[in-house]
Amino acid sequence: MKIALAGNPNSGKTTLFNALTGSNQFTGNWPGVTVEKKEGRYKGNKEVVITDLPGIYSLSPYTPEEVVARNYLIGERPDAILNIVDGTNLERNLYLTTQLLELGIPVVVAVNMTDILKKNGDLLYPDKLSRALGCEVVEISALKGAGIQKAADLVIAAATDMKLPEISHPFSKEADRIITDVSDRLTSVPEEQRRFFAVKLLEKDERIGSLLKQTPDVSAEIKKMEEFFDDDTESIITNERYGYISSIIKDCCVHNVKETLKISDKIDRVVTNRFLALPIFAVIMFAVYYVSVTTIGDILTGWTNDTLFGEWIVPGVSAGLQAIGCADWLRGLIADGIVGGVGAVLGFVPQMLVLFLFLAFLESCGYMARVAFIMDRIFRKFGLSGKSFIPMLIGSGCGVPGIMASRTIESDRDRKMTIMTTTFVPCGAKLPIIALIAGAFFGNAGWVAWSAYFVGILAIIGSGIILKKTKMFAGNPAPFVMELPAYHFPAAGSVLRSMWERGWSFMKKAGTIILLSAIVLWFLQGFGWINGQFTMLSGEQLNFSILAKIGGAIAWIFTPLGWTQGGAGWQMAVAAITGLIAKENVVTTFGILFGFAEVAEDGAEIWSALSGAMTAAAAYSFLVFNLLCAPCFAAMGAIRREMNNGKWFWFAIGYQTVLAYVVSLCIYQIGTFVTTGVFGIGTAVAFLLVLLLAFLLLRPQGENDMSKIMAKAKVSG
Amino acid sequence: MKTLKDSTVGSTVTVKKISGEGPVKRRIMDMGITKGATVFVRKVAPFGDPVEVTVRGYELSLRRADAQMIEVI
Repeated sequence: MKIALAGNPNSGKTTLFNALTGSNQFTGNWPGVTVEKKEGRYKGNKEVVITDLPGIYSLSPYTPEEVVARNYLIGERPDAILNIVDGTNLERNLYLTTQLLELGIPVVVAVNMTDILKKNGDLLYPDKLSRALGCEVVEISALKGAGIQKAADLVIAAATDMKLPEISHPFSKEADRIITDVSDRLTSVPEEQRRFFAVKLLEKDERIGSLLKQTPDVSAEIKKMEEFFDDDTESIITNERYGYISSIIKDCCVHNVKETLKISDKIDRVVTNRFLALPIFAVIMFAVYYVSVTTIGDILTGWTNDTLFGEWIVPGVSAGLQAIGCADWLRGLIADGIVGGVGAVLGFVPQMLVLFLFLAFLESCGYMARVAFIMDRIFRKFGLSGKSFIPMLIGSGCGVPGIMASRTIESDRDRKMTIMTTTFVPCGAKLPIIALIAGAFFGNAGWVAWSAYFVGILAIIGSGIILKKTKMFAGNPAPFVMELPAYHFPAAGSVLRSMWERGWSFMKKAGTIILLSAIVLWFLQGFGWINGQFTMLSGEQLNFSILAKIGGAIAWIFTPLGWTQGGAGWQMAVAAITGLIAKENVVTTFGILFGFAEVAEDGAEIWSALSGAMTAAAAYSFLVFNLLCAPCFAAMGAIRREMNNGKWFWFAIGYQTVLAYVVSLCIYQIGTFVTTGVFGIGTAVAFLLVLLLAFLLLRPQGENDMSKIMAKAKVSG
Repeated sequence: MKTLKDSTVGSTVTVKKISGEGPVKRRIMDMGITKGATVFVRKVAPFGDPVEVTVRGYELSLRRADAQMIEVI
């Protein structure tokens, strides 16, 4: 038996789903979109499979969530729908209900948050509501676990008896007559589904045709309706639905007359107060950052990486393998390559779990919506969402949890843009590179670090503006018409579950790419030729490795960036490659390649060697390249996981690397021109590239103007 | 013609008509801002946009640019 769980966002749907299924859940993706699909078996009866539909407000054809939900309801035809509605927000929640009732599938309405209704002194009459809607209505409190058993029993009974809702909701006479006219003509459709299709055809829903065997021409009826009501059909039908709800709601739910200020309103008065909003926002963001990045998260990750794996597991495994007489190369592969690689994945997990705990809490208590509300003004100019603020803030500590934090952004387009740009913010591991370059070339000047952040922010803003004008991002402008849900204290179980699900999905999906890359790079670094003989190398012999050969072979690519000028081209290329494992490796790699086994974090020992090997302009170009290019493997794994699509993953990595190359080239060439006054071909190319960037930034939205985007979104979506 | 964008914070207005078409208009209406609905303009975000309104008993935020599509009295 298949039951679909449907309802508005913030109606407590996830809490109800968890209460119904417990740990019998499996997650996946809906076909063709990055919307998460959750299914589970009912605790009380394992034969019953419950599908958690995405939270939606309507069955319109405009958002991926709505399309997924209605395709499922129409295509898969579950045996019954359990529609959860927020009792404190009945009017808008019932709007979706009026649409679900037309599908010709048994529906049971579960009115949630009845405990809050009682506390407010509001009265709900479920029997009256049941009569008005023409289906069973049950009062529940998903948070307190009340009424859930009854809701499940009712929906199973409705599915067994095939008890279809008696569509009683009368629209105005004229509208109803036209809908009936159209549904009478839909002879190819089972009778109980006719009203749904008739309404969709009248709404000029362009996606509905594909679900029908034959699409009748209803333009005459549309014209008649639009003339009678002096409006477009989509608006007329929406008006009719809300009109109907207003007509029944007064009898079914009586609000407490003395209009006291609700707790949520009191909180909101302070939290988004004109003067207090920003300071409070800053404090909350600082707390999230401080706890999940600098203190607890950093301690846990440091401990996992350095102590657990660095001192115990890797040396332990290595010693164990030695004891049983394992060959050196195999021991290296297992201990350093595989176990070390797994460690690189797991090292991020504790920090991430701390962050996800915060995010889950902020989301379910209602503050996340306020973050978007406060920051929208600033971020939407660059094609980002107000919610992009959190990924970027976290990204200044570590890009991996930063990218994972983009999960909270609903709009697909904004989320992808955020994933692509988050790693431009210099993360903690890039700081040693900044310190190295600042120390070796610029006398430790403070402006180098500041400029690194400045470059990062400029890259985000510039990319946002450039990308939002490209074809990849042209479709689906996300309307920012967003509910600000009432504040409430979330259920601990739901918060913990959300934290764990996100952490686990990182380990599963991102883990593979990180592990694989770590092993490949371990091999390239650890093997090479000494005196013509291929052999395994010790750490200090890096300059004999395969990687060094590769560095030498590709160094010419970086000639326009000034790297090869002082003869240290291949070292710089190799350092940039080892930076892919972790960005701080750049400094240690330089140390080894310049003959120091161990260097301080800022590489002070090699400052003089380095400053002899390149000009200041080349050094700065190297710095910028490392800041902007493809991030470390762990972050790439996170990008792969969050994009959930190979094409988008490579687009993101490619874009970042090309941008890094172009910007570094311009910096080196123009920097050299300014300092030495020599104008060469490179300088000309650099100026042309600057012009190209300026063009991409300033060109008008052109053929992607809003009306056409909308038209396109309507057709292809 | 007065729109929701011009309405001052603290005022209560009634929706007369919603202009435009496509996803944004549908979304606005799906969220309950329909002809005849009462809308209370609650506050403006710290940076001046978006605005927060109360409609059908709940809080909704929308951008000023979109609020301009909503004709009110």
